[in-house]
Amino acid sequence: MTFLIVALIVWLALWTLNVWIAGRPLAKARAGKALVPLIFGVAVLVLWEGLVRGLGISFVILPPPSAIAAKIASSLPVLWQDAAQTILKGAIPGFLIGCGSAVLTAIAIDRSPFLQRGLLPIGNFVAALPIVGLAPILVMWFGFDWQSKAAVVVAMVFFPMLVNTVAGLQASDRMQRDLMATWGASYLQTLVKLRLPAAMPFIFNGLKIASTLALIGAIVAEFFGSPIYGMGFRISTEVGRLGLDMVWAEIAVAALAGSALYGLVSLIERWVTFWHPSQRH
Amino acid sequence: MKRALPVLTVLLGIVVIWYMASVWMNSTWVYDQAERAGTTVSFAEMVPQTMNQDRPLLPPPHQVGAELWKGLFGQAITSKRSLVYHGFITFKGTMMGFGLGIVVGVLMAMAIVRFRVMDMSVMPWAIISQTVPIVALAPMIITLSSQLGLTDRDVPKAIIAAYLSFFPVLVSMVKGLRAPDQMQLDLLKTYGASEGETFLKLRLPASMPYFFASLKVAVAASLVGTIVGELPTGAIEGLGARMLIGSQFGEPLIMWASLFAAAILAGLLIVVVGFVERLARKRMGVPG
Repeated sequence: MTFLIVALIVWLALWTLNVWIAGRPLAKARAGKALVPLIFGVAVLVLWEGLVRGLGISFVILPPPSAIAAKIASSLPVLWQDAAQTILKGAIPGFLIGCGSAVLTAIAIDRSPFLQRGLLPIGNFVAALPIVGLAPILVMWFGFDWQSKAAVVVAMVFFPMLVNTVAGLQASDRMQRDLMATWGASYLQTLVKLRLPAAMPFIFNGLKIASTLALIGAIVAEFFGSPIYGMGFRISTEVGRLGLDMVWAEIAVAALAGSALYGLVSLIERWVTFWHPSQRH
Repeated sequence: MKRALPVLTVLLGIVVIWYMASVWMNSTWVYDQAERAGTTVSFAEMVPQTMNQDRPLLPPPHQVGAELWKGLFGQAITSKRSLVYHGFITFKGTMMGFGLGIVVGVLMAMAIVRFRVMDMSVMPWAIISQTVPIVALAPMIITLSSQLGLTDRDVPKAIIAAYLSFFPVLVSMVKGLRAPDQMQLDLLKTYGASEGETFLKLRLPASMPYFFASLKVAVAASLVGTIVGELPTGAIEGLGARMLIGSQFGEPLIMWASLFAAAILAGLLIVVVGFVERLARKRMGVPG
């Protein structure tokens, strides 16, 4: 019971601290913007720990953060092996192939308004479909190893990326394109110097969506067959053995990897589209 | 017609490519069979044999269409083999998750717009929550809820679907509730409007276009969540479960038919949500 009370007090104290910071000039500073969500995260972890221990919830149902941290620390090699299989071999190659081919397709159909008018509604529709359902089929085609995972990722990221890139290539306005024409720029020059840079905010929007889809695809594909390692494999087998601390450890790794991938894309975005209003602070 | 022609052309192209891919992928099996029988088949003999295999690697469109037709209309819709039956189970899960996602998204957006500390604390985590691959949580949510005594499979599915669909609603509603400009807010202040009145009469109506725009994304996300929730769990009902069964028993036709049934369901949902959106816009006097 003491655990519960202590946790609640800590939670209240941290929340009050956040309310206090939010009302100060510090909240506008960069440090404040990072500090408040951080404190909130810590508060949630403390509350979680306190609730599990205080209410005597079985660790089998919901392991407390400390147990999960211990599990992560004790099984680093396994976690790394799983992450390497799922993320480095499955998600990232699929992400690169899928996004790359989508951008190339968008450029290829760029000169044909007919194809664009035909492909865009279909692309928009397919982007909303549960492509994840292709996973069992692709596993059947490409086998259990990383190739099938990469294929699922390609199928998942292709259409959102295509739709965004096509929209981006139309983003430069008439006046700018006319200016390029008066300079006697060829199609290729206009594409490289005006339209591709103008499309970058859209392309990065697509890349951000694709970065989360890539991890989902790679993990789901492993539910349908995989070598005896990989994050999806580990999660599905450990759930069966009620090793929920290991499952949570994998989830923590997945969350970290997902955020890191998203953060990396945002970082490159800031570097590439420094001119865009949304990037100027 | 002007808009339909390009779409139809592209669709036709897809069907043609699909047939060619079917021939190519299924030919291996035909050649294998011929080799085992000690005969050789010419290309012209091989092609027809790729069109009607029992377990094709890639079933050609007409086979998928036939299986889909059989699944949708071939039997009573209460039969366990009917795709309408499984589609309805998935639809139910999608709607529960969608509803839950809307409620959570709107409530969070209200709190975030009203309290600065909520904005600063919760918003970054809401964004991070979407980078966590939810499917990693799916098997666990299901074990958890069964251990808590919830034998109903709809609950975990709805939670997963809501987890995916609350986010678009949240982001759009935050934008929408902040859409009224300072001038409008000041005007309401000069009327002596309370905070609740400002919310009901200015912020809420101003957010509606944003809200409806997010619903299309949210309903698609909710369907994906429901199907993912059905996939890895040994569920026996729903389109995701059908795909799983097709995969485990090596019946590609079942997989493809349920995949297309899911696509049809997604299309219907998006059309219905779009219709509701147009209705609401008309009632609120938004042109177009």
